[in-house]
Amino acid sequence: MEAFFAIFNTDLLVATIRLSTPITLAAVGATICEKSGIVNIAMEGMMIMGAFFAVIIAYYTGNPWLGLVGGVAAGGIFSLVHAVATVTFHLDHVVSGAVLNILSFGIVRYLMVLFFGHPGTTDPIPVGLGGYQFAIPGLSKIPVLGPMFFNQTPIIYMSFILIVGALFFLKKTKVGLHLRAAGEHPLALETIGVSVYKMRYLGVVISGLFSGLAGAYLSIENAVSFTEGMSNGRGFIALAAMISGGWTALGSFAAALFFGFADAFQIRMQIFKVLPIPAEIFIIFPYIATVIAVAGLVKKSRPPRADGIDFMIEREDG
Amino acid sequence: MSTVKEDRIVLEMQHISKQFPNVLANEDVSIQLKEGEIISLLGENGAGKSTLMNVLYGLYRPSAGKIILNDEEVEFSSPKDAIEKGLGMVHQHFMLVDNLSVTENIILGSEPGKAGIIDYKSARKEVAELSEKYHLEVEPDAIIESLSVGLQQRVEILKALYRKARILILDEPTAVLTPHEVDQLFLVIKKLRDSGVSMIIITHKLEEVKAISDRVYILRRGKCEGLRNTKDVTKEDLANLMVGREVVLTVHKEKKEVTGDSIFNLENVIVKNEKGINALDGLSLNVRPGEIVGIAGVDGNGQTELAEVLMGLCKLESGRIYYKGEDISELTTKQRRNKSISNVPADRHRFGLILPMTISENMVLGFHDEKPYVHGINLALDVIHNYSEKMVKDFDIRTPGVDIPAGNLSGGNQQKVILAREFSRNPDFLLVAQPTRGLDVGAIEYIHSQILKMRDRNVGILLISLELEEIFSLSDRILVLYEGKIVKEFVPEETTDKEVGFYMTGGKKE
Repeated sequence: MEAFFAIFNTDLLVATIRLSTPITLAAVGATICEKSGIVNIAMEGMMIMGAFFAVIIAYYTGNPWLGLVGGVAAGGIFSLVHAVATVTFHLDHVVSGAVLNILSFGIVRYLMVLFFGHPGTTDPIPVGLGGYQFAIPGLSKIPVLGPMFFNQTPIIYMSFILIVGALFFLKKTKVGLHLRAAGEHPLALETIGVSVYKMRYLGVVISGLFSGLAGAYLSIENAVSFTEGMSNGRGFIALAAMISGGWTALGSFAAALFFGFADAFQIRMQIFKVLPIPAEIFIIFPYIATVIAVAGLVKKSRPPRADGIDFMIEREDG
Repeated sequence: MSTVKEDRIVLEMQHISKQFPNVLANEDVSIQLKEGEIISLLGENGAGKSTLMNVLYGLYRPSAGKIILNDEEVEFSSPKDAIEKGLGMVHQHFMLVDNLSVTENIILGSEPGKAGIIDYKSARKEVAELSEKYHLEVEPDAIIESLSVGLQQRVEILKALYRKARILILDEPTAVLTPHEVDQLFLVIKKLRDSGVSMIIITHKLEEVKAISDRVYILRRGKCEGLRNTKDVTKEDLANLMVGREVVLTVHKEKKEVTGDSIFNLENVIVKNEKGINALDGLSLNVRPGEIVGIAGVDGNGQTELAEVLMGLCKLESGRIYYKGEDISELTTKQRRNKSISNVPADRHRFGLILPMTISENMVLGFHDEKPYVHGINLALDVIHNYSEKMVKDFDIRTPGVDIPAGNLSGGNQQKVILAREFSRNPDFLLVAQPTRGLDVGAIEYIHSQILKMRDRNVGILLISLELEEIFSLSDRILVLYEGKIVKEFVPEETTDKEVGFYMTGGKKE
């Protein structure tokens, strides 16, 4: 039993941050998207595109920073498909999201064969962002919190900044207020002269950029190559984080941390085999945690009122 | 009274027509509005009032005609243009974001502040100043959903004033207000007029026209049927112009002695809503055969739950329901309906009808599994068809046939389908909720007379309505529902709408 308690150390918390980062990014992005009124279940697909293109760009330029930009851009561009489908063509949001997820598998496999001659795993990039870990002088010396928050890799730092940015954007800026209104009462926004379509496009694309960054984290910061299936359902866990976080940026972050913790915990249970039960059992742990969190919290949270509801400007010139 | 220069015309709509793909919604309508004047646009549903105002507000473009604002011809391609030219509109369904604050709603789209960041401090200050200037008191930081409907309407008016509106369009402004709130609104309207704001009020209520406007335009079937000075015209004249024929404004209800034991009893009923709060909080009432008991109350005081618990559609937390002396608290909806309890639900689109299904299918809904409407496992389509055709005739349902979807009918005819289905089962107890919501005068007249006919057949009727006028004209007894309890009982002849309204809003007499 002593061995079991030994698991709960600073390393577990540091791993929690690392494992939750992609979930956090995708979930916070999705929160902004849904606040604009567009349901987004395509984070998985957007992450895959981001992860793949980050590697492609980093591989051919040799520069992981350009890879990062490529991954973010790929997520953003791919998300435009969702925006065009749902906002301009009024397609059902869930249908469009499901299509995007499936499409991403196909596109990536096709391009893998095209660029690398085989599916599976790409060739490694020369240098990943994981090599750019840096400790912030002073702050990183704080016990527990220092290693967690102030001795990390670039995209993890970016995720902290982006959470604060998302909060500020939603609460304090004009565009943020417009975007929230678009998801609550679009007609109210339209009748005072602000385009609901624009706000919803913006929401979807922000989500695409965030998910693209999450993908880049997986492939060029946490690894140095892209492997099919490496997103491993994190886009869907991000969806769960957004829902159990009550469609708020901070709530999504908290839920993502919880899921990251569950993952870090199960990895340790498997490696150290401290309890007399088959270690494989723990693989399912994060998923069970997800189900419990969503089932337990979803009733209390309120989605934006017009989330998932099509908005059509009725202006026929007949 | 008003401090305005003589009769300067601020707005003119000239020969406006609006053609939609299938309907000519407005045909050659012209109106004039003078500075500091209040005009009414009176008409039934579908008369083209809202279309005309949407043309004015830039939501639609006119097919013909022009708009002249302050001696200048204008063309609006969106509400934004109209707002910039000093028009404001208070919509019937408020354009407010429920979970934002009063301030956020008012400034939305015209926020103060630099570099895209909202300056909340000066926004709050501006809102406070504005509400003081026009005597529209409202807490700037309150969240919209925590406010009463009357206060929400104030926020809508402030929203228009914040955008410097000089012409205000009010769409059915009293539709959702209590009598007291209506009085307050009228005061606000008069104050606004005195400060030089001109107003157009869209309405189908004659009372309102008489009480507040200087002149009234009457619209019928998209055309302007006339212009009257309000003080020179009677309500009867207005009604006849509006409908195009003689109408009976007050239902003729014979006073009738109600005897006998009650047929329907609720005893200390408690029902929780989805938030776990007691929506019905120890409610007791009884209905006797041959009487109409009207439930008066502001929306959200337990009306929905009362209707649901009567029909067995929600969980009874505690208390008992008796029908003809028998405890029916545990019976299912189907069992209750089989005991000749009928129900006209408040939301005819969601609960009364299945809109994509045909009239005849809707006509037997709920007893489509009983003889004579089934043969074995098949529906007896010919029986259903003939029955429906008879009902269409009996209840004067205007339809090209019984095989068209119920959704194609007008609101009034849809409601008649429900009435036909429920009334023809010869119920002994009838629950009627919001029977005339959104219907025009002609349909209301018909439905009221049918309900009274049921009363005269000795049916016990519980009427739930948000329209106080309806409660007054139909009920033999009025029960006031407030926060899930019956707080007061009245006989309509011995009270006033003011008094009932007082109890509806939680008032207590010393």
